[in-house]
Amino acid sequence: MKTYLPPKFLVERDMDRCIKCKVCINQCSFDTHYYDEEDDQVKSIIGNCVGCHRCMTFCPTQAITIKKNQHQYRDNVNWRPEIIEDIIKQAETGGVLLTGMGDDKEQTIYWDHLVLNASQVTNPSIDPLREPMELATYLGSKPDKIDLDEEWNLKTILPPQVKLDVPIMFAGMSYGAVGLQVQESLARAATEAGTLWDTGEGGLHPSLYKYGNNTTVQVASGRFGVHPEYLNVARVVEIKIGQGAKPGIGGHLPGEKVSAEVSSTRMIPMGTDALSPAPQHDIYSIEDLAQLVHALKEAVNYKKPVSVKIAAVHNSAAIAVGMVKAGADIIVLDGLRGATGAAPKIIRDNVGIPIEMALASVDSRLRKEGIRNHASLVVSGGIRNSGDVVKAIALGADAVYIGTAALIALGCRVCQQCHTGKCAWGICTTNPLLNKRINPDIGAKRLTNLLHAWSTELKEILGGMGVNALESLRGNRLQLRGVGLTDSELEILGVRMAGD
Amino acid sequence: MEQVITTKNEESINIDADGILYKELNVILRDLNSKGIKRVKLNNVYGQRYIGTDLSQPMEIEISGTPGNDLGAFMNGQKITVYGNAQDCCGNTMNNGEIVIHGHAGDILGMSARGGKIFVRDDAGYRAGIHMKEYLDKKPILVIGGSTQDFVGEYMGGGVLIMLGLNLGKEIKHKAKFIGTGMHGGVIFLRGQVEQYQLGKEVGVAELSEKDHQVVYDNVNEFASYFKLDPDKILEQRFIKLFPRWLRPYGRLYAY
Repeated sequence: MKTYLPPKFLVERDMDRCIKCKVCINQCSFDTHYYDEEDDQVKSIIGNCVGCHRCMTFCPTQAITIKKNQHQYRDNVNWRPEIIEDIIKQAETGGVLLTGMGDDKEQTIYWDHLVLNASQVTNPSIDPLREPMELATYLGSKPDKIDLDEEWNLKTILPPQVKLDVPIMFAGMSYGAVGLQVQESLARAATEAGTLWDTGEGGLHPSLYKYGNNTTVQVASGRFGVHPEYLNVARVVEIKIGQGAKPGIGGHLPGEKVSAEVSSTRMIPMGTDALSPAPQHDIYSIEDLAQLVHALKEAVNYKKPVSVKIAAVHNSAAIAVGMVKAGADIIVLDGLRGATGAAPKIIRDNVGIPIEMALASVDSRLRKEGIRNHASLVVSGGIRNSGDVVKAIALGADAVYIGTAALIALGCRVCQQCHTGKCAWGICTTNPLLNKRINPDIGAKRLTNLLHAWSTELKEILGGMGVNALESLRGNRLQLRGVGLTDSELEILGVRMAGD
Repeated sequence: MEQVITTKNEESINIDADGILYKELNVILRDLNSKGIKRVKLNNVYGQRYIGTDLSQPMEIEISGTPGNDLGAFMNGQKITVYGNAQDCCGNTMNNGEIVIHGHAGDILGMSARGGKIFVRDDAGYRAGIHMKEYLDKKPILVIGGSTQDFVGEYMGGGVLIMLGLNLGKEIKHKAKFIGTGMHGGVIFLRGQVEQYQLGKEVGVAELSEKDHQVVYDNVNEFASYFKLDPDKILEQRFIKLFPRWLRPYGRLYAY
C-alpha cells in the first residue's frame, strides 16, 4: 500500500561541504542515506529520517542539516497534523500506535508554574562554595520515635536505610529496552556519585553484579530474571506495579529485541516476545501487595528496603496510604510524563496525572494519616533539571528518579523511536553493533558530570534560600510560590500565589 | 526457639509451629538451614506464609497442616512436602527445588516459576502455571493430579504443565476455560478431553511425539511414586499436547 504519510524531516546536504566519506550512511540506522554510484554523490531518502541528529553530529564537515518538513496543512486547531498523520498510519496498518519516551503533549507542566524563594535582608543566604552544604538523603522507613540508652547510643533497631549522597537516582530502564552498555554507564555513574540506578524489569546481567550496592532491582509482573541471587545482590528491591508512560497496562518486549544475551538475563528463550502481564497476578488488592512486600522482605531477610512503584493516577493518595500500610519502605510515583521504551501512544499521552499534583496530594495525605515517616517518597516522570529537583523536594519528595535526562546525557535526542529498536545512538536497542556506540567509560563520565552539575546547582539554590541541608527544605512548601495557577491548582499543590 | 523443637536428632528436627508467626518460623528455618540441618518436620502449621523462602542450603521440609500463601516463594533448591492443602501463590517465582502436595493447591500455582518441580495430588485453583518460564536446562515442571479452574497455563513462556484429571470420572472432561491463553512457550500435556472453545486462541493441539511420551512417562512415574498410585493405569489413557502456535502472539498488534 502506498503510504500517504508525508516525510517528517528534510535532510539538507551542503554539496560544497560533503566529502562523500559515508559516515552518515554508516551512522544512520534508519537507512536514510545512501551512496549513488552513478552520480558519485551521497543522497538521502528523506521519508526515513526520524530527526535523531546522529548523522549531523558525526558529519566531519557539518554538511548536513536536519529540518522539520514545513509542509502546511490548512489551519485547524482540532485536526492538527499529528492527529491526521496518526489516522493515516492506522488506516495503513490496522495497528495500535506504538511510541517511545514520555508524553509530549501540552498538558500543564507545573514545575514551570512554580518559583522558588531566596533570602533577602531578614536572613542571610549561604555561599555553598565556602560553607558546608548537606545533600545526603536516607531512603527507608523511619520509626515514629527512637530510644537512646544512658550513653546516648541508639537503642531502637532502625529499618534498613540507604544513604544517597545526591537525591537523584537513575530510573528503571531494563536490559532489553536499553543496551547493556547503557546500564553499565548508569551503574558506574551511580556508584561514583553515591546514588542508585535501577535495573528495570529485565533482570541483572552478571557483569553488573559488582555494582549491586548501588543497584535497585525490580520485581515486575513479568518476573524476568528474578531469583534469590538477583534479590540479594541489590541494595533496594522495587516492586513495579505501574509506569507513568503506560499506567494499567503491561509490556511486550518484541521478540526481535530478545537477543541471546537478553534471553539469558531474562531467562526466556531467544526471539520470543517477553510479555509483562498488565497486573501482577499475585496482587489483586492492598492485602496482596502486603503479601508480596513481605515475601520479598523474607527473601532478603529484612536487610533491604522494599520499594513499590506506581503510576500517578486519580486516586494515588489513597493508594499510597495503602502501599505504606502494606509495608513499603519507599514509594515511587511515576507521573504522566514518565517515559518508556515502548507504549501505546494513546495511553502514554492520555492516562495518568501530572507528577507535581500526585506528589503534593500523596505527601499531604500521608502527613494527614500520620504515616509520612513510614516510607520515603520518590518521584519520577519529567524531571528535567535541578530546578525541578528542588521543587519536587520542596513539595515533599525525598528523592527523584531521572530517566530521560540521563539518556539525553548519553546522546539521546528524544526522537521517540525507542520502540523501533533501531536507536542510532545505541541506547534503546539490543543490536550489538549499535550498542557499541555507547562507551561505558564515556557514558559514565557524562552521567557523573550531569549529577555533579545538578548537585552544585542544588547547593546554590539551597544556599540562596539560607538553608544548609536538603533535609530543611523537604516538604517546605513555603519556599514555593505559584504563578499562573488557579485557586484549586494552588490548593492541591499546597502552594501560595506569588506575591501572597 | 528451643521450646518449639519437639524432637531432635543429628539430621532431623521436629517443630511444633502452632502459634508461631511466619516471621519467627522463618527465622528458625533459616537458622537450622545455616547449621546444615537436612530435614525439618513442621507440625500444626496454620497458615504461616513464605515457608521455604530464603534458604540457601538444601533441606527437606515436611509440613503437616495448612501452610499459608507463597509457600516456597523464590525457593532455591529445597524440597517441601505438604500433608494437607496449599493455598495461593504456591511456588511463586520459584527458582529450583520441589514441592509435593498431598491435597489441593490454591490460585496461581507455580506463578512465574523458573525451575523446579511441583506435584499436586488433587486440584489447583485459577491460573495455575501462569507465566512459567524456561531457559536452557532450567525448566519448571508442574504436575496436577486432578484438574484446575480457568486460565491454566496463561501467558506460559516455558516449562511443562501436566494435568491428569484423575478425579474427573470416566470421561475425564476438564472444565477449565481459556487454557493456555497468551501462551508463547512451554507445553501442556492433558490427560482426558477438552473442547476447542476451552482453549486460548494462541494454543494448538497435537498428538504426543515419542519425546513427549517420555516426558509424560517420567513425570507421571514420579508423581505416582509420591502418592502411591499406579503409573501404568494413569498412562493407559490418551494424552493430548497443547502448544503455543506462535512465539510472538502479539507481534502483529502494533503500528510502528
